[in-house]
Amino acid sequence: MSSSKKFINGAEIFFECLRRENVEYIFGYPGGSTLKIYERLYDIDFLKHILVRHEQGATHMAEGYARASGKVGVVLVTSGPGATNTVTGIANAYMDSSPLVVFTGQVPTNLIGNDAFQEADIVGITRPITKHSFLVRDVKDLAPSIRKAFYIAQSGRPGPVLVDLPKNVINALCTFEYSEKIEIRGYKPTYSGHINQIKKAAKVISQAKRPLLYVGGGIIMSGASQELRSFAIENNLPVTMTLQGLGAFPGTSELSLGMLGMHGMYWANQAINHCDVLVALGARFDDRVTGKVDTFAKDAFKIHVDIDPSCIDKNVKVDVPIVGDVRQILSELRKVMPGKPKIDKWWEEIKTWQKECPLTYDMNDGRLRTEYVIERLSEKTRGEAIIVSDVGQHQMWVAQHYKFNHPRSHISSGGLGTMGFSVPASIGAAFAVKDRPIFSVSGDGGFQMNLQELITANYYKLPIKFIVINNSFLGMVRQWQELFFDEKYSFTNLGESNPDFVKVAEAFGLKAYSTDRPQDVDDLIDTMLNYNDGPIFVEFKVVKEDMVFPMVPSGASISEMIVKRLNPQRMV
Amino acid sequence: MKHTISILLENRFGAFDRVANLFSGKGFNLHSITIGETEIKDVMRMTIVTSGNDQIVDQVLKQLNRLVDTLKVVDLSEHERTERELALISINYQKGTLEELKNICDIFRGKVVDINNKSIMMELTGPPAKINAAVNVLMPYGIKEMARTGTVALKRGEQINIQKKEM
Repeated sequence: MSSSKKFINGAEIFFECLRRENVEYIFGYPGGSTLKIYERLYDIDFLKHILVRHEQGATHMAEGYARASGKVGVVLVTSGPGATNTVTGIANAYMDSSPLVVFTGQVPTNLIGNDAFQEADIVGITRPITKHSFLVRDVKDLAPSIRKAFYIAQSGRPGPVLVDLPKNVINALCTFEYSEKIEIRGYKPTYSGHINQIKKAAKVISQAKRPLLYVGGGIIMSGASQELRSFAIENNLPVTMTLQGLGAFPGTSELSLGMLGMHGMYWANQAINHCDVLVALGARFDDRVTGKVDTFAKDAFKIHVDIDPSCIDKNVKVDVPIVGDVRQILSELRKVMPGKPKIDKWWEEIKTWQKECPLTYDMNDGRLRTEYVIERLSEKTRGEAIIVSDVGQHQMWVAQHYKFNHPRSHISSGGLGTMGFSVPASIGAAFAVKDRPIFSVSGDGGFQMNLQELITANYYKLPIKFIVINNSFLGMVRQWQELFFDEKYSFTNLGESNPDFVKVAEAFGLKAYSTDRPQDVDDLIDTMLNYNDGPIFVEFKVVKEDMVFPMVPSGASISEMIVKRLNPQRMV
Repeated sequence: MKHTISILLENRFGAFDRVANLFSGKGFNLHSITIGETEIKDVMRMTIVTSGNDQIVDQVLKQLNRLVDTLKVVDLSEHERTERELALISINYQKGTLEELKNICDIFRGKVVDINNKSIMMELTGPPAKINAAVNVLMPYGIKEMARTGTVALKRGEQINIQKKEM
């Protein structure tokens, strides 16, 4: 087939390419500029097209799929508004380095720039938020562009790639050829780390008195969890994770310190402050992690492993940079470790911090709190579920209280912080994973941002458990207003205007429940776990004024952490 | 400190925009930018003058390297180099000043490329500092219009190969 001289049209070439890339699902929405593709799709059976209800939903679904499966998420939308609706989803994937290929329809090449109907310069609009993009102006370039798009999206530091498809290119005829080899002369990601740098790192780690592994989403993307686990266990090293790194290392392990950063564990942040060797693995020293950069791990010798050279020295200057794939580098590192560091005293210090300020919340007043819901969820699913959280307080409580056992289990919008991410992303994840329960956890604010996709979940009978944590407020914004803005709760109270969520869910065809009593939580979680005939919905009405602690105020150093128990006077 | 960065770039739709976008998107300083063909088919050379502390310039270089369409990125400030700029400057003259202007033009080894009964236009080439000096001297005469190309530069001596630096 590959070198036959048969002429086929652009739409057929498009699907031939997707077949070669082993695409299982496309998340899409048809429109004027993609009619030819949808005509062809009508007869295609080697992949499944998932009809979304809004193009933003399609990009988040593709990302949920990509992050749960490790494969590339594929989106297909029409020109103009179809394309501009994908922008938030693309930006989200860019910030969290998720591999997406987004196909957008475009007006015919002779009309580009003419303010044609449903025209938008989507390549221009998305340039700063894509890893790369292609405007295919000749059908001859179609197959090579798609080939390159898939390669670029998933190699090196993954990211979204956009392919703009003018209508006439899709209609045009061409022979089909798909080269196995790929050569992009300006793009050659480095995978194997420099061995001398690795040896240097090994030496420093083995001599450390207070070493700490700080791991991020890079571990999950490169499939390095197993290597990380072995490395940490062999050397008895404490591991702290970023939001995106949760699941990279089992949260139930003795060696896990949980999450660090703005809402990280007290002891994890203390460990950052006191460590003498900090090993950053696939993490990028984000401002939500470091707080005030100058005081972050101030006295520590820093080793940084990252596949993206531009991440090195971007926020924090490091002593030993190692550019490459963290899985390969960890495996090399394990081979060249000269010995185990002697750190019993360091562990004692960490244990003291853990006792000094454990993660707690008020549980004696009989009122329902998010922390309790998440804690029960963690226990009842034994850390085996996939939790797709939205953005805000509940997201932090999920990160703090759910003990993830596996990589690719915690899916959340970290970099961009996109409200409305959870509902569609959980749908994408549900197409990727069939053998573990999938929970979508949203706040009452974020849930309303993409709830149209409940139809998609119901139509495809996906067994997703949708949870809304309803505190009648934009809780995280409210928390900042209370702490830093004179308690002026400006436009964060949704209580009076919120819909009846149970009725909303029922209108979309979901079985729905609601409670505000802690004693109902276990039963409702069981109900959700036992229900597999499509999606199910539960609203937990929780305490309005609850706040996420500990908290490092924005721009403050980690040592200025507000911890409920130590500073009760600053609580309210 | 100013840095002159030389970039070999695929001559492809949108490649220039991606570089320009990077500077606005990341808030890097951009003093001048030039682009033109090279001896290699489908490869353009861009010369960019930027400024910032070491950490910022390091980021500029890394971010440029990261673009798929850049083939090679070199900070020429670290090398022996030749920098040139061309300026066209149009100046009003009065009785008596024409001779002076012509002298200045000669001192800067420029050429008079246009003259009418009100103004003359001179073409000056040289390192950017020389153009600046000429502009300073000409300013009191009343510069009517000026067009500068921005800096183009090449490393002296050895040939630059088309290959991205391994970082």
